[in-house]
Amino acid sequence: MDREISGVDAVTDFLLELRSEEIPARMQAGARAELDKLFRAQMSAAGIEVGDLSIWSTPRRLALIARDLPDATAAVSEELKGPRSSAPLQALEGFLRKTGLTPEQLEDRDGVYFAVIDKPGRATVEVLAEAIPTIIRAFAWPKSMRWGKDSASSESLRWVRPLSGIVAIFGEELVPCEIGGIAAGFATRGHRFHCPGEITIGSALDYVEKLRACHVIVDHEERQAIIRDGAAKAAADAGLTLVADEGLVIENAGLTEWPVPLLGRFDEAFLEVPPEVIQLTARVNQKYFVVNDAAGKLANGFVCTANIAAQDGGAEIVAGNRKVLAARLSDARFFWEQDRKTKLEDLAKKLDRITFHEKLGTVADKVERVANLAEWLASGGIVPNCNPAFARQAAELAKADLVTEMVGEFPELQGLMGGYYARAEGLPDAVADAIRDHYKPVGQGDDVPTAPVTVAVALADKLDTVVGFFGYGLKPTGSKDPFALRRAAISILQLIEHGGIRVHLRPLLFRLSLACYQQAIARAYFERFGKVADVFGAESNDEKYDLLIRLQGIEPRLETDALNPKTAASQLLEFLIDRLKVQQRDAGVRHDLIDAVFGLGGEDDLVRLLARVKALQAFMASDDGANLLAGYKRAANILKQAGKDIVFPAKAGIAGDGEPTIAAPAFAGATDMDKTLLTALDRAEPAASTAVAGERFTDAMAALASLRAPIDAFFDGVMVNDPDEAVRAYRLGLLARFTGAVHGVADFSKIEG
Amino acid sequence: MADAAETKSLSFQDMILTLHAYWAARGCAILQPYDMRVGAGTFHPATTLRSLGPEPWNVAYVQPSRRPTDGRYGENPNRLQHYYQYQVILKPSPADLQEQYLGSLAAIGIDPLLHDIRFVEDDWESPTLGAWGLGWEVWCDGMEVTQFTYFQQMGGFDCKPVAGELTYGLERLAMYIQNVDNVYDLRFSDPVGDVPGLSYGDVFLENEKQFSKWNFEVADTDGLFAGFKAAEAECQRAIEANVPLAAYDQAIEASHLFNLLQARGVISVQERTNYMARVRDLAKGSCKAWIDSQSDAWTAKYPGWTL
Repeated sequence: MDREISGVDAVTDFLLELRSEEIPARMQAGARAELDKLFRAQMSAAGIEVGDLSIWSTPRRLALIARDLPDATAAVSEELKGPRSSAPLQALEGFLRKTGLTPEQLEDRDGVYFAVIDKPGRATVEVLAEAIPTIIRAFAWPKSMRWGKDSASSESLRWVRPLSGIVAIFGEELVPCEIGGIAAGFATRGHRFHCPGEITIGSALDYVEKLRACHVIVDHEERQAIIRDGAAKAAADAGLTLVADEGLVIENAGLTEWPVPLLGRFDEAFLEVPPEVIQLTARVNQKYFVVNDAAGKLANGFVCTANIAAQDGGAEIVAGNRKVLAARLSDARFFWEQDRKTKLEDLAKKLDRITFHEKLGTVADKVERVANLAEWLASGGIVPNCNPAFARQAAELAKADLVTEMVGEFPELQGLMGGYYARAEGLPDAVADAIRDHYKPVGQGDDVPTAPVTVAVALADKLDTVVGFFGYGLKPTGSKDPFALRRAAISILQLIEHGGIRVHLRPLLFRLSLACYQQAIARAYFERFGKVADVFGAESNDEKYDLLIRLQGIEPRLETDALNPKTAASQLLEFLIDRLKVQQRDAGVRHDLIDAVFGLGGEDDLVRLLARVKALQAFMASDDGANLLAGYKRAANILKQAGKDIVFPAKAGIAGDGEPTIAAPAFAGATDMDKTLLTALDRAEPAASTAVAGERFTDAMAALASLRAPIDAFFDGVMVNDPDEAVRAYRLGLLARFTGAVHGVADFSKIEG
Repeated sequence: MADAAETKSLSFQDMILTLHAYWAARGCAILQPYDMRVGAGTFHPATTLRSLGPEPWNVAYVQPSRRPTDGRYGENPNRLQHYYQYQVILKPSPADLQEQYLGSLAAIGIDPLLHDIRFVEDDWESPTLGAWGLGWEVWCDGMEVTQFTYFQQMGGFDCKPVAGELTYGLERLAMYIQNVDNVYDLRFSDPVGDVPGLSYGDVFLENEKQFSKWNFEVADTDGLFAGFKAAEAECQRAIEANVPLAAYDQAIEASHLFNLLQARGVISVQERTNYMARVRDLAKGSCKAWIDSQSDAWTAKYPGWTL
């Protein structure tokens, strides 16, 4: 058995095929990755280097070919350091147990025991024979199952569907292994119908071509290409254009071993149904491609992908598929006709049967809140040029399609169908468009609506969602975001940014959180006393807040799990700013600059915040900006060391909590450098704050830039910590004014670098 | 080939007889429909209860199935409130189940080199039976003709061993084989001598009209609600009396009454979940009682078998 193996003297190809009953198409890509990962892990553990590796899948098999594997693993000599020879006996015994050696086998090197363990090389075939069952057992499928008589025991093998055969050949040698009663062999099967018998594989070299001869194209990418090109050609041959759909290409390749795209036509009369419905029916239910006519409109054609080269060229297959599609389209047309018999406003009445969330009421409750908010966003001019009546109407009808037959069948058509039905009812285009598009933008790549009524409804809908969930403390944590609040937040940010919506978020979120809280208290009050609380006639939001808090605290306290609205609103604002940083990262905006501007405490108008951040980013990329930052950090450090006795000047351009300014005391001994800086500050401070107030942020940056040369010269030419206390105080005062002037534009202490 | 094309396709009843002969030849006992109103062949105790436990069980049967909400007053060419399923249960699932199944399609006249037969992922789950399995819907030229499932759990219990279940939609298959577009045009039986054949419409059109009306408009909802409660109570009583087969009958009854209440539109979205959970509890309770009543015999006969 002790084979002399020195180094690597030969390489061989290895073929593994795991045959099973049909693997779901959507799981095949993951299965290939899993096989790749597990195979590499097994080989690496055995010390075998994997070079060129091909992994393919069909519905009935996973295949792997590893080229140029060594015939054997190299011999390894492992050296373990043990205890000192003077160590107590227990230490030596422990080491012997661990290594499995006897005392005579240890080497004593300068008073330290060493164990030298030679591991001979192993034949790769042996390694593979152990690795294959391990891989199969460790394989992680999204869902797996048991089958057959072995499944009488819970420990029986699991696979995605019954595993039916294993081919494992190293060179031309069988890799002997067995799992779950299935022994590896040379035999596989070809296409289920074209070549149902067994075929014998000789080696990795003939595998692909032998299967091809038996109507199986093993390489999924090759099948995808056949479908992609074949479907396009089938359409083009009929003067039509295929509507490309890569998802369908991959799915059909995962459903076939011998794909044959075939064009069929359906009754033109079905084209009265909205094209999105036809496409969805064809794609989701039947996995068909659809086609456009020369004018780019949906045509009455489809492309299905058969798994056989039919004896009649596919005529029967096309006829059968046409019939199935016709039945599907009849259903869709029935829904389309049926749904239009009821007006959206009547459908909307049924929304009180659908729960939105147990804390936040039914969809009808949500619709009412959204309608109020949308109308308010319009009438208050927050969404400019928006007709408030249209905004209310669109919001009231936006969810009505949830109770239509069509959306019941195809939930992904929500919004779109409402838009169609609204138009069919003769509602204004602005309203129909808003109903259609109010779910947008769905994710980063989606179109962002800009039509005012749509923006008002979309924004109101999403604000209501995030405010409601934050109001009950149901915010996302870690990877858990069950109510998709991150997505809603991103949508809000996109709507505000694209629409140039000028609104102060802090008071807005407080107002909305307060309304949410009010509902919670009102409900709790009603549950306790069986009557409606009558103290909500407050004039201002602050007054209302005080009333509610007082009401909530009546003895015994009203039970509610709604958060204090101030807490909820501030958590939500922070969440939005966090999302803004994530979202803007893709646009190349630096998160630290967002912090620098937001950190000033007052900036809650996202449009202005972003304009300011962008001007700041451009400035920071310039020489002036980089040097000014260096100057700022130096000044801030000196001030920090000087201690807390320094009073900082007010933050220019920021409303509210600026602290009192101290003027630098007049000082006769001022140098030119001192004077130049003072003059520059006298000019730059008002210039920057006027520019900020006027939202001319580039000008504000220019004003800051004018401080760069004087501050550099100041640091080069004078010593701040002059032994003369008076001089020192004067200069610290100058620096405090300098940092104050900078803070008027952004909190530079938050800027990295 | 020309001869084959000219061979007349099977009538609806001949298709059933062919399937009976086919599965009988493979060792299946041919059972008769269960004598209660059910929504699918899976509800037959020969599937639900017998898929539990270690004993081999190979049966085939036709089950008339009622889905009140699918009624269309006989006006829709594809939708029926009463239709037939052909159900095959093979426990443990044989290694060549797919081949056996494809053989049955060939037996009723489907040529797999002329028609595109595909196994498309479809994981089966029955919330009212507390059951699930993995498998496919089998497509023939894009039409789903069979649900093919390896049962993993029934009534919340692991299937040990796993049973293979085939559920053929008989009307769909027949429409396919006979190449008709309207279910009522199916040849139910063929003429013999001067005895005329019957169409599916001759047999069932009037039923569809009357039962659609009853399901949607007439059925007394108070009576249905009361019936549901009564079935629920009786199921519990039967479980306590250790007669799980009788208990299971009441679970089936409750399930069907719930379906009728749905068709009458008197169960709201919120209530729906609640009712389904109640039916599931009955089904699970019956399965549990069935297991309890049989497990001594099972473990005696199959040492080492555990629940």
